[in-house]
Amino acid sequence: MSHEKRTLEFYVLAAFFALFVLFLYGPLSAILILSFQGETGGLTFPLNGVSLHWFANLFERQAVGDFGGSFKRSLVLGLMVMVVTVIVSLLAGLAFRRKFRGATALFYLAVASLVVPSIIISLGIGVVFQQVGLRPAWYTSAFGAHLTWTLPFGVLIMFAVFNRFSPAYEEAARDLGATSWQTFVHVVLPMIAPSLIGVGLFGFTLSYDEFARTLMTSGTFNTLPLEIYGMTTNVTTPVLYALGTVTTVFSFLVILATLGAILYVGRHRARA
Amino acid sequence: MTVALERPAIAATKPVRRRRFSLGAVAPYLQSAPLALILGAFLLLPIIMIVVVSFWDYDFAAMYPDFLTTNYSDVLGSWVTWKTYLNTIKFAAIVWVLTLFIGFWVAYFLAFHIRTTAMQMVLFLVCTVPFLTSNIIRMISWIPVLGRNGLINSTLVHMGLVPKPIEWLLYSEFAVVLAMVHLYTLFMVTPIFNTLMRIDRSLVEAARDAGASGWQVLWNVILPLAKPGMAIGTIFVVTLVMADFSTVQVMSGGQSASVALMMKNQMSLLQYPAAAANAVVLLVLVLLMVAGILRIVDIRREL
Repeated sequence: MSHEKRTLEFYVLAAFFALFVLFLYGPLSAILILSFQGETGGLTFPLNGVSLHWFANLFERQAVGDFGGSFKRSLVLGLMVMVVTVIVSLLAGLAFRRKFRGATALFYLAVASLVVPSIIISLGIGVVFQQVGLRPAWYTSAFGAHLTWTLPFGVLIMFAVFNRFSPAYEEAARDLGATSWQTFVHVVLPMIAPSLIGVGLFGFTLSYDEFARTLMTSGTFNTLPLEIYGMTTNVTTPVLYALGTVTTVFSFLVILATLGAILYVGRHRARA
Repeated sequence: MTVALERPAIAATKPVRRRRFSLGAVAPYLQSAPLALILGAFLLLPIIMIVVVSFWDYDFAAMYPDFLTTNYSDVLGSWVTWKTYLNTIKFAAIVWVLTLFIGFWVAYFLAFHIRTTAMQMVLFLVCTVPFLTSNIIRMISWIPVLGRNGLINSTLVHMGLVPKPIEWLLYSEFAVVLAMVHLYTLFMVTPIFNTLMRIDRSLVEAARDAGASGWQVLWNVILPLAKPGMAIGTIFVVTLVMADFSTVQVMSGGQSASVALMMKNQMSLLQYPAAAANAVVLLVLVLLMVAGILRIVDIRREL
């Protein structure tokens, strides 16, 4: 098949795909460019000169609420969610390899966690905390709210990974005299490491960008997406775009670092 | 974990062996306990609480435990609520059709027209990366494109195609749908791509050998086999659109409504029981939709 000539279908679909990519990235690049807007420029093209004015503006407290603080909170929260998501998903993935009572119910609970509208979870957790007399905070209630979004992804990914995982490797290791712990650490873990890194990336980025679930659960201090959402209604200068550029660049760096880690782990394994 | 359990095997004495046996049976429960606890505390309990609170009484300051059905009769008896629900379902339907169409062709192109796996992965990543960046930023990014003096309007005016800027590009239902398609198409691409990649290529060849044309292969072989992926993508897109309030709020400029936005407004007025009643109705609606889709596909088999 690989030597067949390209058909008309190919060119039509290639053009469609190119349009789709333009659709995905076009608007993003518009705000990227506009964040370098000159000091007198507005929210739309044309550029009135080029400056870093709006980036500098970002770090002045009056212009945008509390950018530094909210960024730090989102970062820490993202890391917390990432660690818990990886560990809990891995454990659940291991559990689902065997039959146990309630396995189906737990699986569908995880799926339900994915489909229940996020604002309902936000409202529910908010009301529970209020009734129990706890103060909602980004590191307690919002943390739990984020987990209801990241864990199903992690569990489904681990489920898919272990569905394709041949027990032959573990049997071979055991036949060679490895204990279960040794088999897990030296055979299973390295094989699923790239997927675990992927789960970690999902956990971090989904939490870092999560917004609807944080709405009623963040307590006194805002996370970054809440801060940005607030800005959409009351900020009318390109500082909004500067903030968008900074957070998007940060997301891209996280994704690149993760891909690098996955490639590195893969190559490391190939050599071993 | 299986881990600690097999250690005593070296000692291999009878009591140890018996203990190992029982621990082995307990292992999956211990391994799944953290997941069950977290989902129990932050998913099940809050939903139960919402159901309870939806029957409570409230005033401007607080809520009072009670068993009233007025919250529900307020929700279901109001013409505005019905209109909002219909509007939300309309958004879901339009966005579903568009994302399914775009998502299928993008996934089909990647799976069947790109010949090397490396290139497939690169192009797939190109599609995935925006999904991992902030939704709100991606929404805002339409403002300089669609706005009154935005790229599209200034180009059209400059070319003399329209006498003055088109008003309905931004802050309209059109903008809401556009942004939703922009945000959610990836949820359709990924599962469809996943199922297409698992189609045995010899089926396609067999169909060709049997004289099927390109369209017949697509219609009679590939499309039926892609259904599970489409179903999973549909679950994602429909539930995301049904739950959306930020896109509707930002992109319609307050001119359009959705159920979740209505809930959010009730919450900001501290009318929690009213919001809770709405939440129950919305939840039942969404779960019915998902149950309907799940009749077509067994997710556990598709992973």
